[in-house]
Amino acid sequence: MSLIEIKDLHVSVDGKEILKGIDLNMDGGEVHAIMGPNGTGKSTLSYVLAGRDGYEITQGSVLFNGKNLLEMEADERARAGVFLAFQYPMEIPGVATSTFLKTALNAKRREQGLEEIDAMEFLNLIKSKTKELEIPYEMIKRPLNVGFSGGEKKRAEVLQMSLLEPRFAVLDETDSGLDIDALKVVSDGVNNLRSPDRTFLVITHYQRLLSYIVPDHVHVLVGGRIVKSGDKTLAELLEAEGYARFEESEAA
Amino acid sequence: MAATQQTVDAVRDVEKYKYGWETNIDSDMAPKGLSEDIVRFISAKKEEPEWMLEWRLKAYRLWLTQQDQEPDWAKLDYPKIDYQDSYYYAAPNLGDGPKSLDEVDPKLLETYDKLGIPLREQEMLAGVAVDAVFDSVSVATTYKKKLNELGVIFCSMSEAIKEHPELVKKYLGSVVPYSDNFFATLNCAVFTDGSFVYVPKGLRCPMELSTYFRINEKNTGQFERTLIIADEGSYVSYLEGCTAPQRDENQLHAAVVELVVLDDAEIKYSTVQNWYPGDEDGKGGIYNFVTKRAACRGKNSKVMWTQVETGSAITWKYPSCILQGDNSSGEFYSVAITNNRQQADTGTKMIHLGKNTRSKIIAKGISAGRSNSTYRGLVRIQPKAEGARNFTQCDSLLIGNQCGAHTVPYIESRNPTAQTEHEATTSKISDEQMFYCQQRGMNPEEAISLIVNGFCKEVLQTLPMEFAVEAQKLVGISLEGSVG
Ligand SMILES: Nc1ncnc2c1ncn2[C@@H]1O[C@H](COP(=O)(O)OP(=O)(O)OP(=O)(O)O)[C@@H](O)[C@H]1O
Ligand SMILES: [Mg+2]
Repeated sequence: MSLIEIKDLHVSVDGKEILKGIDLNMDGGEVHAIMGPNGTGKSTLSYVLAGRDGYEITQGSVLFNGKNLLEMEADERARAGVFLAFQYPMEIPGVATSTFLKTALNAKRREQGLEEIDAMEFLNLIKSKTKELEIPYEMIKRPLNVGFSGGEKKRAEVLQMSLLEPRFAVLDETDSGLDIDALKVVSDGVNNLRSPDRTFLVITHYQRLLSYIVPDHVHVLVGGRIVKSGDKTLAELLEAEGYARFEESEAA
Repeated sequence: MAATQQTVDAVRDVEKYKYGWETNIDSDMAPKGLSEDIVRFISAKKEEPEWMLEWRLKAYRLWLTQQDQEPDWAKLDYPKIDYQDSYYYAAPNLGDGPKSLDEVDPKLLETYDKLGIPLREQEMLAGVAVDAVFDSVSVATTYKKKLNELGVIFCSMSEAIKEHPELVKKYLGSVVPYSDNFFATLNCAVFTDGSFVYVPKGLRCPMELSTYFRINEKNTGQFERTLIIADEGSYVSYLEGCTAPQRDENQLHAAVVELVVLDDAEIKYSTVQNWYPGDEDGKGGIYNFVTKRAACRGKNSKVMWTQVETGSAITWKYPSCILQGDNSSGEFYSVAITNNRQQADTGTKMIHLGKNTRSKIIAKGISAGRSNSTYRGLVRIQPKAEGARNFTQCDSLLIGNQCGAHTVPYIESRNPTAQTEHEATTSKISDEQMFYCQQRGMNPEEAISLIVNGFCKEVLQTLPMEFAVEAQKLVGISLEGSVG
């Protein structure tokens, strides 16, 4: 049994079908990459997996660790270990990043039957994580994502991921907005989290990210369907040739 | 069942056996209705001097002539109050309460726990008979002794009338005169008790003065009268109310608070008000009509009002500052949360009289359910207020789409050198923000609480530390049941 089993998933928004039958199995320890043109449903897939409202699942199923994921509320999924690094992270005015992180961490701990994290312990944890991701410590005192630069927001997403230690993480264009050095730091952060019981789904437009976070599988999503799957060399091919040939086959 | 409702039910149950006097009428209770006799009865019960009775009667006679002039300009909708259908005097009944926390409704205790209120305070709040709470009595006594040594007078208003008549005569009604407004006039006639504070010259009061410690003077809530005087160069921080749900079976509340601030003195007055808001249809909640005013009489005097209003069915309240002394300053920080059918019309008045006077207003209104919240503020700059400055910021946050938020700012400037600034925003908690928080594992109530606390942060951080922590939790609890 795979950790995540997506079967024939059809999803509509406002009556318009966006995902038209996705099949995808992901095992523990694997990194899967999804590439595809703008507007083909990559973020839609990530939102559906994370449990956002407003998507109508017309057909298909998703099992997470053998359980019906689609039946669970967004917060339940999160506490069960599903994490989404957002393409566009939200601003939460007035809420210090550290407060937000602590609330999230405690929600997870409560689920596990643990006490709230001790203030000192939290401080040390956050210090080591921010250092690893080269995030200035001052930043976590600021309201979450408010006034953060594009790249800072993406780093803050990875910081949250590394703190919450999910079992299944979806990274939606986490590389966009990152400068060359930051891309390396963030990729190292992700690579450090790779482990046999953790699975990543990495959505990206650029092969560059995948040269740092080397995927086990690469899928091409066009028109709401996975039209091709392969190994990391598929990403290189796409980088060189674009999506033209897949779009043709899609149209046919 | 929403937790707010649970609290409310719990509170009701506790009340039922706490107050024995409904079936046990004795001479400690005046009959229903308001008359000159009742005013005399109250004054006599409190063994007041003649001048005090005269003052009450003067107020009562004025009130009689205004009976049909109850203010109606606020955006509040409530049935007409029958003033003859109320009790105006009932002596606190101390012996009849539960003997220990074991006798208190567990649901009420659960709410206290959620708020993180220490056990000893829970006992006081739940009305555990005072003689069973040795600890708290001794705490209160030590506290009073310490204040005495410093020369701070902190006692009940009744005591002050007897023990410090010269101070009371000089200052009572000097900020809010008996003729000020309908509810204040009523209060003058029938007030039962309240706090009196005098801080002597040059003293920075090292402790927060809190109504918690006035345990001997409880059940004074209905027509409370408070007077605080900060003499030259002194400082005091006063905490009113508490985050725990307040029980009271009197629907009508009309308090008056007067602050007098002399040269170079400062008063910080913080309130957390969490009275019974009524059931989901707004039935049975408390009507709270409050007149709070500070007179910054001296140069460089300073007042800071902070209020967190989450309770009551109807709130009518405008803590104000009269900035008389040159360079004096007034600040007003407010969070008003309304849920279900609650209505709040609240704000402030800043009256600039002296030169270089400053005022700052930060008002945050949060409306959920079918509630309505109005910010009503007046900034008036008089001709002599050379160089006066005001900054006003009003932010409203709506939860759901059946509630309302309104902002009514009045700015009157009669001095061309004055500067006023006004900013106002209205926002909603977005689905995207909610989803983002939930994606991080927070349940919807936690998410709302976090977002709302962020919205109120500027105000909450002006509260004394311990109070702020409780207030943060209260913000979450008062919005329970507003989503999903
Ligand atoms: N709420 C909505 N209402 C209508 N259409 C929507 C809605 N949400 C998404 N869509 C449409 O669904 C399609 C897929 O969007 P999605 O965000 O999943 O694309 P994407 O593959 O992530 O694109 P990109 O690479 O640009 O991020 C788009 O055509 C988008 O306009
Ligand atoms: Mg996208």
